Amino acid sequence: MSETTFKIQRFSPEKDKEPYFQEFKLEISKGATLLDCLNLIKWTQDGSLSYRMSCRSAICGSCGVKVNGHAMLACKTQAIDVVRKNKVILQPQGNFKILKDLVVDLTEFWQKVEAVKPWLMADEKTTPEIERKQSIDEFHKIDRASTCIMCANCYSDCCSTDVDESFLGPAALAKAQRFVEDSRDIEKLSRIKELSKDAGIWDCTHCAECSQRCPTDAKPLEKIVSLRTAALNNGVLNNNGARHAKAFVKSIKSSGILNENYLPVASVGFANLPGLLGLIPVGIRMFLRGKNPPLIHHAIKELDDVKRIFKKIGKK
Amino acid sequence: MITHDVIIVGSGLAGMRAALEVCKDLDVAILTKVYPSRSHSGAAQGGIAASLGNATEDSWETHMYDTVKGSDFLGDQDAIEIMVKDAPAIVREMEHFGCVFSRTENGLIAQRRFGGHTNPRACYAADRTGHVLLHTLHEQTMKQAKKIKVYSEYYMMSLIVDDGICRGIVVYNLQNGKLDVIQAKTVIFCTGGYGRAFKITSNAFASTGDGIMAVYHSGLPLQDLEFVQFHPSGLFGQGILVSEAARGEGGYLLNGKGERFMEKYAPEKMELAPRDIVSRSEQTEINEGRGIDGKDYVYIDLRHLGKEKILERLPQIRQLGIDFIGVDCIDEPLPIQPTAHYSMGGIPTDNDGHVLIDEKGTKVTGFFAAGECACVSVHGANRLGTNSLLEATVFGKRTGKAALRFTQDAKLFDVNEKEELKKSEEKIKSIFNSNGTESVFDIRNELKESMTINCGIFRSQEKLLKCLNKLDELSSRYKKGKISDKGLVFNSELMEFIELGNMLDFSKIIAQGALRREESRGGHARTDFAKRDDDIWLNHTLALKKGNEIEFKSKPVTITKHQPEERKY
Repeated sequence: MSETTFKIQRFSPEKDKEPYFQEFKLEISKGATLLDCLNLIKWTQDGSLSYRMSCRSAICGSCGVKVNGHAMLACKTQAIDVVRKNKVILQPQGNFKILKDLVVDLTEFWQKVEAVKPWLMADEKTTPEIERKQSIDEFHKIDRASTCIMCANCYSDCCSTDVDESFLGPAALAKAQRFVEDSRDIEKLSRIKELSKDAGIWDCTHCAECSQRCPTDAKPLEKIVSLRTAALNNGVLNNNGARHAKAFVKSIKSSGILNENYLPVASVGFANLPGLLGLIPVGIRMFLRGKNPPLIHHAIKELDDVKRIFKKIGKK
Repeated sequence: MITHDVIIVGSGLAGMRAALEVCKDLDVAILTKVYPSRSHSGAAQGGIAASLGNATEDSWETHMYDTVKGSDFLGDQDAIEIMVKDAPAIVREMEHFGCVFSRTENGLIAQRRFGGHTNPRACYAADRTGHVLLHTLHEQTMKQAKKIKVYSEYYMMSLIVDDGICRGIVVYNLQNGKLDVIQAKTVIFCTGGYGRAFKITSNAFASTGDGIMAVYHSGLPLQDLEFVQFHPSGLFGQGILVSEAARGEGGYLLNGKGERFMEKYAPEKMELAPRDIVSRSEQTEINEGRGIDGKDYVYIDLRHLGKEKILERLPQIRQLGIDFIGVDCIDEPLPIQPTAHYSMGGIPTDNDGHVLIDEKGTKVTGFFAAGECACVSVHGANRLGTNSLLEATVFGKRTGKAALRFTQDAKLFDVNEKEELKKSEEKIKSIFNSNGTESVFDIRNELKESMTINCGIFRSQEKLLKCLNKLDELSSRYKKGKISDKGLVFNSELMEFIELGNMLDFSKIIAQGALRREESRGGHARTDFAKRDDDIWLNHTLALKKGNEIEFKSKPVTITKHQPEERKY
């Protein structure tokens, strides 16, 4: 078998100003994981290569790295599956400061997880002499999020985090869902209110990178959607995100097409004067670049079809 | 110098459970060389034992007898009694902390069968029980963030013990290479096991016995290190764990002839005999040419369980099979082999986790240990599956409580900070300046190879002497070990170098202890002394550092309710 080139991003803060790529050649043996390859490179070619690892069985979440541009667990990935044109490109996870080579600074990640108060808040009156009951269905509602191993691959590839570093990020929100949906938790409503604030559930752009990168069943996007649904169902509507969602639906329902003049105004809230004023500069810039939507909004011709769809969904 | 009332080394189940007790009244910190949620407790899959009786009737008495028998009568029965009596409460407490357990139709915590247990008493969360327990305790630790400081990615270099008093530890910050002394009234070790010295192992890279070796080098004894558990189902090739739950749910073990070979070895319990027996049976089949196609593995066949049950109860191991060896256990049997899994031996403690200096039970002031690194001993010569998560939580909590009581009236003892830092600085400097040429990679591979072949499932005088010779050779080569990274930031090469030193040292204690113990008991099987010998060897081993030699002593086993008897399954 021929050798594969591992193009690995290196950076040592003690020596380098900027990260750079270094190429290593290695023959991938049958069944070798990416972590096996990294280890062989470190142990036989360059001992100074740094990355995290521990369990090597996809449960500790240490070895998340970017492989050809996307975050993956090195231990769970068969090396041969990610070779492209005889090459594999390895980089540290995104959205983080690099400590060294493939090792990133996870401080913010953990801070955001802690920020969602990720612990059960239960009725203190129950005594642990007998377990609290939970039906199998109730278990299934929280089971998937509980498979999260905190590898931060979702956070690495999250495009909302990329543009807004205050965004709580997919892992923290998936963790939050596990408590919001837990039949034993008594703070569901206050959690939802907290999560509906800026940098919370409504700041996700639905790009689904998180769920694609997630190596477990936690799939953060589904959990974020579940939290949004919980927010709407529980009447937590006094925020831009919920207003936006409602206005979006209203616009489609009434005209079959988005009313882009109405949407931002409805999202910030008609009574929200500072919010409304904040829209003006954006509006002017759009107008100057010719990107403003038509001032008079027209419904589409097939509006009746759209209404029929709504009717059908409504029945469900 | 950093000071805390209590410093806990290790952030697995035992460490975090202890911290939750201690933090009620004291300033406590946890130190880990990884991150709390990445501790190896999370890799436990099948369950945590407790006689809840949710599936069938059960009692602590049966749990106790099963554990004593499973331990091949080397477990201390007073400690076992404490553990099994505390089990239901500790599991329910974890449920109250928010642990996501699988449930019965009635909404109770689900329980399944496990090897060596008479009744279905493994409380589980699919096949990721350790993971959910670990994350639950991590959640509780985050809840107490104001009271529990966590030092993540810090490596513990040494333990400071003088005049029978523990005074603190020396630590190395992996992220910036800075050494520090942490002075504490109480140190608690929850540093895990020592399974990495074997070629085929289920253990994480982190399980290199740093804790036990710091204890040994500080002049304190270690207990029963020769007892290493080989788990019957390691995924072929790497030894990644395939939970015993696979057999608990009804999986068959098959040899190359397609026979359920356990008939021959444990006709009653079959696949659900204790791990030492099943692993030896597998190895015997393999050694006698009845592996699959005559090779060194057998099959675990789950196909008859059906897709639905596998997806509901064993989803993780199905995924591991697909990801690591490309076998979907719904359609095909999984190739498995015995894998080094658990360390029965460790730091001798009393039933409150207080570390002991000698066979008479003298305590070290201000030093506690719990979990896999400790040897209370509840597992004796062989641990039953699901008793490790139980031990970690029960004794983590007990140790935390005892440490809280002790520390409330304790004081800080003097530490010569300069001297302690200098020792660690010089250790690192000597590694950097050695200009060695020996490959650490080769030394580690040869160590693991020799330990697996000569100090593994079947041992003999001849093999063990060979192993000890090899270890001597490797130790001298290690002194000339090569290191290329001399930087301060995340120098994992340096850490691996130091870890290898620990692995070489404890391997010698395992092998010498195994050579000394001329009998077969639990996980320790000698082909030249095939029978258990209660007249001479019904006692624990203590190993002490005397210069460059290891001095061995015996310590009595506590027997309360169950006299040793022949162990049949």
